[in-house]
Amino acid sequence: MPSSLPGSGNWRLTVKSPETLPTESNVSSTITSSTVHERTQPLTFQQLLFRLQTFWADRGCVLQQPYDVEVGAGTMSPDTFLRVLGPKPVNIAYAQPSRRPADGRYGENPNRLYKHTQFQVILKPPPSDIQEVYLASLEAVGIDLSEHDIKFEEDNWESPTLGAWGIGWQVMLDGLEVTQFTYFQQCGGLDLDPISGEITYGLERLAAFLQDVDSIYDIVWAREPKTGREITYGEIRLEEELQFSVYNFEAAEVEKLWEHLRLYEAECQALITSYNDSFSPKIEKQGERKEKIHDRVVHDGDAPGAGGNEDEGFGAQQRRFPVLGAYDLCLKCSHLFNLLDARGAISVTERVGVIARIRALAVGVAKAYAGQQNQLLASSS
Amino acid sequence: MPDFLFEIGLEEIPARMIAPAQMELARRVQDVLTRERLLEAGSEVHSYSTPRRLAVLVKSVAIAQSDTEELLTGPSWNIAFKNGEPTPAAQAFAKKAGVELSALQKITTPKGEYVSATAQRKGRSATEILAEQLPKELAALYWPKNMYWRPGKPERFVRPVKWLVALLDHAIVPVEFAGVRAANITYGHRILHGSESVTIEHAADYLGQLEAAHVTADVELRRHRIRKALDAAVRSVAGARWREDHPLVDTVTHLTEWPAVILGSFEPEYLTLPEEVLVMVMRDHQKYFAVEDASHKLAPYFLTVLNTQPEEHGDEIIRHGNERVLRARFNDARFFWDVDQKIPLTARVEMLKSVTFQKDLGSYHDKTAATLRIAEKLAGILSEKGARIDTGALLEATKLAKADLTAELVKEFTELQGIVGGLYARAQGLGESVAQAIYWQYSPAGIEDPIPPTAEGQLLGIADRFQTISAMFGIGLEPTGSKDPFGLRRAANGIVKILAESGLPLTLWDLTEAAPRGPATAEKIPAFFRERVEFYLRDVRGFAYDVVNAVLAAGHNDIRDAIARAEALSAVRGADDFIAIAAAFKRMKNILRQAQEKNLLQSEPNYDDSSLTDLAEINLRTRAGQVGKDFHILQRTHKYREALELIATLRPDVDQFFDKVMVMVEDEAIRNARLALILRVQRAFSSIADFSEIVTA
Repeated sequence: MPSSLPGSGNWRLTVKSPETLPTESNVSSTITSSTVHERTQPLTFQQLLFRLQTFWADRGCVLQQPYDVEVGAGTMSPDTFLRVLGPKPVNIAYAQPSRRPADGRYGENPNRLYKHTQFQVILKPPPSDIQEVYLASLEAVGIDLSEHDIKFEEDNWESPTLGAWGIGWQVMLDGLEVTQFTYFQQCGGLDLDPISGEITYGLERLAAFLQDVDSIYDIVWAREPKTGREITYGEIRLEEELQFSVYNFEAAEVEKLWEHLRLYEAECQALITSYNDSFSPKIEKQGERKEKIHDRVVHDGDAPGAGGNEDEGFGAQQRRFPVLGAYDLCLKCSHLFNLLDARGAISVTERVGVIARIRALAVGVAKAYAGQQNQLLASSS
Repeated sequence: MPDFLFEIGLEEIPARMIAPAQMELARRVQDVLTRERLLEAGSEVHSYSTPRRLAVLVKSVAIAQSDTEELLTGPSWNIAFKNGEPTPAAQAFAKKAGVELSALQKITTPKGEYVSATAQRKGRSATEILAEQLPKELAALYWPKNMYWRPGKPERFVRPVKWLVALLDHAIVPVEFAGVRAANITYGHRILHGSESVTIEHAADYLGQLEAAHVTADVELRRHRIRKALDAAVRSVAGARWREDHPLVDTVTHLTEWPAVILGSFEPEYLTLPEEVLVMVMRDHQKYFAVEDASHKLAPYFLTVLNTQPEEHGDEIIRHGNERVLRARFNDARFFWDVDQKIPLTARVEMLKSVTFQKDLGSYHDKTAATLRIAEKLAGILSEKGARIDTGALLEATKLAKADLTAELVKEFTELQGIVGGLYARAQGLGESVAQAIYWQYSPAGIEDPIPPTAEGQLLGIADRFQTISAMFGIGLEPTGSKDPFGLRRAANGIVKILAESGLPLTLWDLTEAAPRGPATAEKIPAFFRERVEFYLRDVRGFAYDVVNAVLAAGHNDIRDAIARAEALSAVRGADDFIAIAAAFKRMKNILRQAQEKNLLQSEPNYDDSSLTDLAEINLRTRAGQVGKDFHILQRTHKYREALELIATLRPDVDQFFDKVMVMVEDEAIRNARLALILRVQRAFSSIADFSEIVTA
């Protein structure tokens, strides 16, 4: 081995001190006072999250909390899946713990997790300088772009289960994929207009990169301010990775999972059917329509919003229809499918069929939600 | 005459799409300029591209079209002028032509006298034409995958359009596309130059100004720099070389605006993983070049092409980052390798029951059983023909061939199917010829790839592909037009290549014998393979299309024989005597065809030579008989070239026959005898190739 080659010793990334962040015309970086003490050390996992949140909040994003139903990706949160539908502009950002049962490795693999954390940004419509803003966000978390190799490489995203696809890139930073960047074109089988820009950061990868650790479990999650004691990712999450790997691969009862899937699917489908029967434009007779709503959803004739004239009442009925509830049920199905898959309980032939069933739910919900939004828009104008 | 510069700035274009788009844009600009008479013949059209731009620079564009005159013909003279006075018809025509009434002229045509006028067409300016035409050309540009980005979805394009530059020397051409209006402003390298704009003062300054903004827009120059930088970077390792990889050089050329190369290393312990896996991870997942030592063995280094110029010592950071990623990838691969060893290939065969081959054809377990039956029969046919083959190893390899589809490593690196199976077979001690056969089963994947090196591997490759083809044809899933979703053409090309380039004494007949019979195998498959043999002879072997037609008309069952015949025919076809003979055969074929169309040709003609009376015809009959005997001996011993040269010696006899003898005479007996004679000649000498297919003119 030639002596001119550098060893793979401890190499620390140079982290730019916050004060020297460039202030480009289109990027107004806001530096909080708390960051002044972090100059010599890379961001902890939680500081990385703070920085991204602050960065995007400063650019007009609403910060949402992670969704509290199991999802495989930030895209599946209703804050993306549903909000990208329809014409209403949205700027929203949130962290989303994302569960992928088949990716579990009992906490033994330093690079793979059953549950990883995505930081998801949705910009609808995307600003024309979205790439530049994105690059500024990397600077904001301490990456001096002039010291790194960054490439936008073609990577189009598609989720057959969600009836969704988009065009975009994986953003490569020194050979590491740190972000999936997608221009959403279709969602729930519906063409989008305007489209949305979706930026998905893999927080564990990014943190491991910033901190230059080889194992995700060695990532410093937090640092005790007084003592400087470091709390690692492993301390916080290793147990969960191990136990959920055992559950997902060994303990989950296949028969029960199938049963849960059937139950959730049936309830979701029933809601979609009820919505379509009540509000689908095909149905002409208002009397019949009203009756059905009453059958399924409205148990009390005095429900708020049900009064007023016929049209207003109808609009209110549509607005209060629990499409969002149906979507939660659809997410449940998706997660159960992933669990069954991890258990090896779905044969290749079955697989296609189950995906099609869940897709039907997602598409049904998306259509209902879009219809509801149109109704809202019509009544507010 | 001014230079014309046209640049379209985009968010990063997918690397694979850049070269074709660059070429197409240059062609479209050139076509517009040519069509509009703005381009001298032979004017230089240059084109450039980076991930963020496509550009065309045309030297010497006319500033405007030249004015032209056009002679227009109007109504007939008698209608236009009554008693010497212009009628409304004359006035309308003059107005349309844009001339005074007094300028109308009388012309005389074969149909009579008409009014004519010489109209002046004012040439339009290049600016006007380009501003009008280029948006249409941009909109028509082909992209394999398009997107919408602006609200209201006014247009689709590969990625959002960021800027346009359109300059005739220093004057802006107001081209507008996708809501962007052309100016003289472009942008440099994202990081090295930053978001500051670059003003192009003059079209001719384009390359230089971009270079100053850290963008090398000339693709070939960039490619050259990358190759040089790869050479330079690998030099620090004694005796090492980077592994040539043209597709990868191409990809990284289209991923960079300002390339640089860094050498990185990995821990030598990873070299215990198979080279195929390491190279796949480096090349396909990381776009790294592999490095080999002086003995062509993989060395623990890699080369990565950057799209930046690291500051002094800055490459340490980037190298370190890339090494980290590669280590993680290699760890993954090792993890999968280790996990896979827990279930041996032999135990994985059973797991194939849950892997679907095709929904109507069942699982890969079913497919394996079907392939096994074909392989067994082929082995039988071969041993009858006296070929040496390890039937045990062939059948074992066939049984295990698809087992690696259940391996984690293959799920992760699907491109390594077969290769992984072969490596596992070796690691699990299943015997070298079994391992080799499994390893090579998908080779050749393309026409450039080598065939499997062992007879067992070749046979497995044939049996596997032929099973797929006959099963798919059996359920009506044959390729149609440009659609071939199951890659059956490629599979058949693979079979043809193996049959052509291996020593296996197998014919296409033997294959159809070995496969289950059905209506499809009986009719469609031979026709399908004929096309594939034709493709192989023409596109892979480079034989002229008429030679291929001539040879295949005499049969395509034995591919190596068809190649030998095509080589012989190619060798003799230029000789004068042969050209004449080929022409004579064509004449015979025409006569026979006409006779058949008139129902004058008996299906089994009576070779009644007693009606042959002319000296020329008797001579031809005698000579054909003598030559025919020798011809058949030569053909049987595969001396095709000598056989064809022998036929050429018939030339004087054939020429004399056609000079002196008229075939289609009234007398039925004589006519039949003569038709029978040429039919006999034609049949006797068309068994190597049908010469009438040869284009002689």
